[in-house]
Amino acid sequence: METQAFQKVYTKITNLTKATVTLKASDVGYDEMALVNGRMAQVVKIMRDEVILQVFGGTEGIPTNADVVFLGRPPQLKVGEQLAGRFFNAFGDPIDGGPEVEGRTIDTGGPSVNPVRRKQPSQLIATGIAGIDLNNSLVTGQKIPFFADPDQPYNQVMANVALRAEADKIILGGMGLSNDDYLYFKNVFDNAGALDRIVSFVNTTDDPPVERLLIPDMALTAAEYFAEEKQQKVLVLLTDMTLYADALSIVSNRMDQIPSKDSMPGSLYSDLARIYEKAVQFPHGGSITIIAVTTLNGGDITHAIPDNTGYITEGQLFLRMDSDVGKVIVDPFRSLSRLKQLVIGKQTREDHPQVMNAAIRLYADAANAKTKQENGFDLTDYDERTLKFAKEYSEQILAVDINIDTEKMLDTTWDLFKENFSREEVVVRQEFVEKYWRK
Amino acid sequence: MERKSKTTGVVAGIIANLVIVEVDGPVAQNEICFIHHPESNLMAEVIKILGKNVYVQVFESTRGLKIGTKVQFEGHLLEVTLGPGILSRNYDGLQNDLDKMEGVFLKRGDYTDPLNRTIKWDWKPLAKPGDEVIAGSWLGEVPENGMPHRIMVPFKFEGSYVVKSVVEPGQYTVDDVVAVVTDADGNDIELTMVQKWPVKMAVKAYKEKPRPFKLLETGVRTLDTLNPIAEGGTGFIPGPFGTGKTVLQHAISKYAEADIVIIAACGERANEVVEIFTEFPELEDPRTGRKLIERTTIIANTSNMPVAAREASVYTAMTLGEYYRSMGLKVLLMADSTSRWAQALREMSNRLEELPGPDAFPMDLTAIITSFYARAGFVYLNNGESGSITFIGTVSPAGGNLKEPVTESTRKAARCFYGLNQTRADGKRYPAIDPIDSYSKYLEYPEVMEYLSQNVGESWLDSVMKTKTLLLRGREAQEQINILGDDGVPLEFHERFWNSELIDAVILQQDSFDKIDANCPMNRQKYMLEKVLDITDKKFSFETFEDVNGFFKRIINHLKQMNYSEWESDKFKTYESELEDIMKERLN
Repeated sequence: METQAFQKVYTKITNLTKATVTLKASDVGYDEMALVNGRMAQVVKIMRDEVILQVFGGTEGIPTNADVVFLGRPPQLKVGEQLAGRFFNAFGDPIDGGPEVEGRTIDTGGPSVNPVRRKQPSQLIATGIAGIDLNNSLVTGQKIPFFADPDQPYNQVMANVALRAEADKIILGGMGLSNDDYLYFKNVFDNAGALDRIVSFVNTTDDPPVERLLIPDMALTAAEYFAEEKQQKVLVLLTDMTLYADALSIVSNRMDQIPSKDSMPGSLYSDLARIYEKAVQFPHGGSITIIAVTTLNGGDITHAIPDNTGYITEGQLFLRMDSDVGKVIVDPFRSLSRLKQLVIGKQTREDHPQVMNAAIRLYADAANAKTKQENGFDLTDYDERTLKFAKEYSEQILAVDINIDTEKMLDTTWDLFKENFSREEVVVRQEFVEKYWRK
Repeated sequence: MERKSKTTGVVAGIIANLVIVEVDGPVAQNEICFIHHPESNLMAEVIKILGKNVYVQVFESTRGLKIGTKVQFEGHLLEVTLGPGILSRNYDGLQNDLDKMEGVFLKRGDYTDPLNRTIKWDWKPLAKPGDEVIAGSWLGEVPENGMPHRIMVPFKFEGSYVVKSVVEPGQYTVDDVVAVVTDADGNDIELTMVQKWPVKMAVKAYKEKPRPFKLLETGVRTLDTLNPIAEGGTGFIPGPFGTGKTVLQHAISKYAEADIVIIAACGERANEVVEIFTEFPELEDPRTGRKLIERTTIIANTSNMPVAAREASVYTAMTLGEYYRSMGLKVLLMADSTSRWAQALREMSNRLEELPGPDAFPMDLTAIITSFYARAGFVYLNNGESGSITFIGTVSPAGGNLKEPVTESTRKAARCFYGLNQTRADGKRYPAIDPIDSYSKYLEYPEVMEYLSQNVGESWLDSVMKTKTLLLRGREAQEQINILGDDGVPLEFHERFWNSELIDAVILQQDSFDKIDANCPMNRQKYMLEKVLDITDKKFSFETFEDVNGFFKRIINHLKQMNYSEWESDKFKTYESELEDIMKERLN
């Protein structure tokens, strides 16, 4: 461990709670790391000569005469090319049995990028999933979460997106990941031969929950190293941010802070924004794109965690089981990519924006028709056609197991338009109808 | 407040960005101090004083800060620097010029000068020796991006002064002395083009603030036509995430008829600010032909910047607005989002361990929001000229629930309410402003009614009211159809419903990503509304409700194509005449 000779050792803890210890100490810096009987801790409050430490592993078994050593530094990570292909815990220590990483030590949770030094994201990330590429195109430098119920296959979809995205590096930040999911990611990346592009920081459900708080900073510090210094396209996967926020609320509760909505700390928005805003497009070509997972409780997006997340991220992706076709689709109504305007119709074909909107409008008409049907009303001919369209659209376009390029997605949609509707019913700019309406 | 001697103190406690300082002398509430952290000086503001313990909120991260660090109090409140050269600048919440900072990452304690001290301005005097002047009186002007930038007697000056001398027309830097004034005691005071003002105080250098009475055109149909905002008025846009708040704000700031646009990106996404940085230098102001960026100042305090600076950012923006208003200019101020500002207040209140109000917000939230909105307004200056600040803030209600403290407090302060509706957004009906729930109190002002009937058209207000009624009746008809089924209601209900759909599609919906449709001037708005109302007055003959649907879809398609076409172009006219033909088929 990091203790060295001649370091001052404190042995008198005055207060102990489940997550914090209080002791008298001097010359301590805010945010500084410390060891309490060998357990990692961090300074969260200083009042005159009294210092309060948050102990990441919990305080079970810590005696009042425990050895406390201050390390004189904030949380740090050693960065270098050797990070690639490795697995680490929340403190940046290897958990794959490999050697320590050689490299430069940098502080995690560093300052943000000056907004005037950012570049507008403009590079399309193709995933082959139409629910994303066609309706909610992703762009490098974007931050977007999957809002998913715990039973949905979000980790699988995310792994697929990561592998197809042609990123130089993929950084996995796993918070409260079950051991099975951790092994799933490991296998998928290994089988795809992509392990050397992947860096993982993992806190599994076996580890103390408060340790999770360090994971995003670790992952993003590594990401900044590759994106800024090495000018690479970096994709960061954070799963599951709901468990991260839960850890925040545990700490704030132990520190007697007044909770705001849903027992979350009042600073939740700032805490989440600090992480997500690390997504950036640098002018020199390097970029950090963040794809996260926020698990929902029974689909409730008004809960403080998804709600605050939605205001920070550039859209959100919803997965939904479409019972009409028996497949998981990316929900076209509630999903949104705010940055898609920067690429659709520019890097993709000109008719992309209008085709996308027209299809979604018709899909919405189908939803209305379905409600009518369920309420026992007669359907009009138009209603019947929208229902047929919606089914085909789900099956041939939206299902997450389909892997086609954008051009094909657009062509297929025009086919479905022609099969089911008249030109007037589609309402697309005249010039596109003339050019692309299937003859 | 200004104090000459500087009080000092030492750090005695640290909880995140709240620092407790033990002091040896007098300090004032909201006074600024610098904490001498070994790496750099950290700026902070006093927010509470308990005996010798002064609580300050630090505008930076406090990482590594230690007990015993020296603190120096500056003897003044948080101030902005006012002078020519503010336009097209990108500032952070404390008015640091972001472009002057070195490196890709923001450095803690990096404070940069908001003005350019070396550039020379083309000075033209407006006052002459012997003139009696007071705070806010114009001494001279320099052109700033084509706008007359008036150099004024500093707002801090009390009482009246006599102009002793004014420099000849010529080239001067902001720090050159441009005038000398004599106070009542006979002391001469040298004035430059620069002055300072504490952001949390309202600038009151005007004669009177009448009720707003003019229309401020924004180019957004659902605003201007249905619920117009007055010049000098206030409005707010609440909406759940994903309903298009930011896109709408950007649209308004692009095309609104204002001399100066100040955008406060308060705790929002950095990429959205970058969008403004990227687009505004390219886009043209349709009124002046200059680039949009030339009339715009951006206060970028994105969500990852320190939370205390976020609180300051809206005040910084408002003070810059008041400065330009005092020059007799029309200022449009946009804040996105005021909820983030309220959350910053909440975070500090929480650290101060104040007893919380609803949703853990501070108890005086309503008072803070109301007094902030009150700083906007149309004013007559002391020299008879007029200026205005029109303020539009967005609100991001938690969970989209409008019964939360920030929305409710703002409702008490703002006169226009533009509620964004999730269902409209889901159906891609943008802008998703709910036409029925939203309102503009200005439509009830006799001054505004008078102005509209004189400047837009005598029957304009009647048309607007009629439109609102048709929308409401359309919604009622739709509810009936949903309950009773298509066949269960008279044909007339379908017509009513489709009349409201027609208004929705052609007037309310607007494509802000389409080059032409994005901006709709008032004369075009009037033409289209009258065209649409004319259609709703016509008697068509239909056999079945399916006839009604099909027919209206066709005419909506044509009217939309008109919206997409250049005003009065051949294309526009072709669609219009085709539309007439379609209607003839069904006319009785």
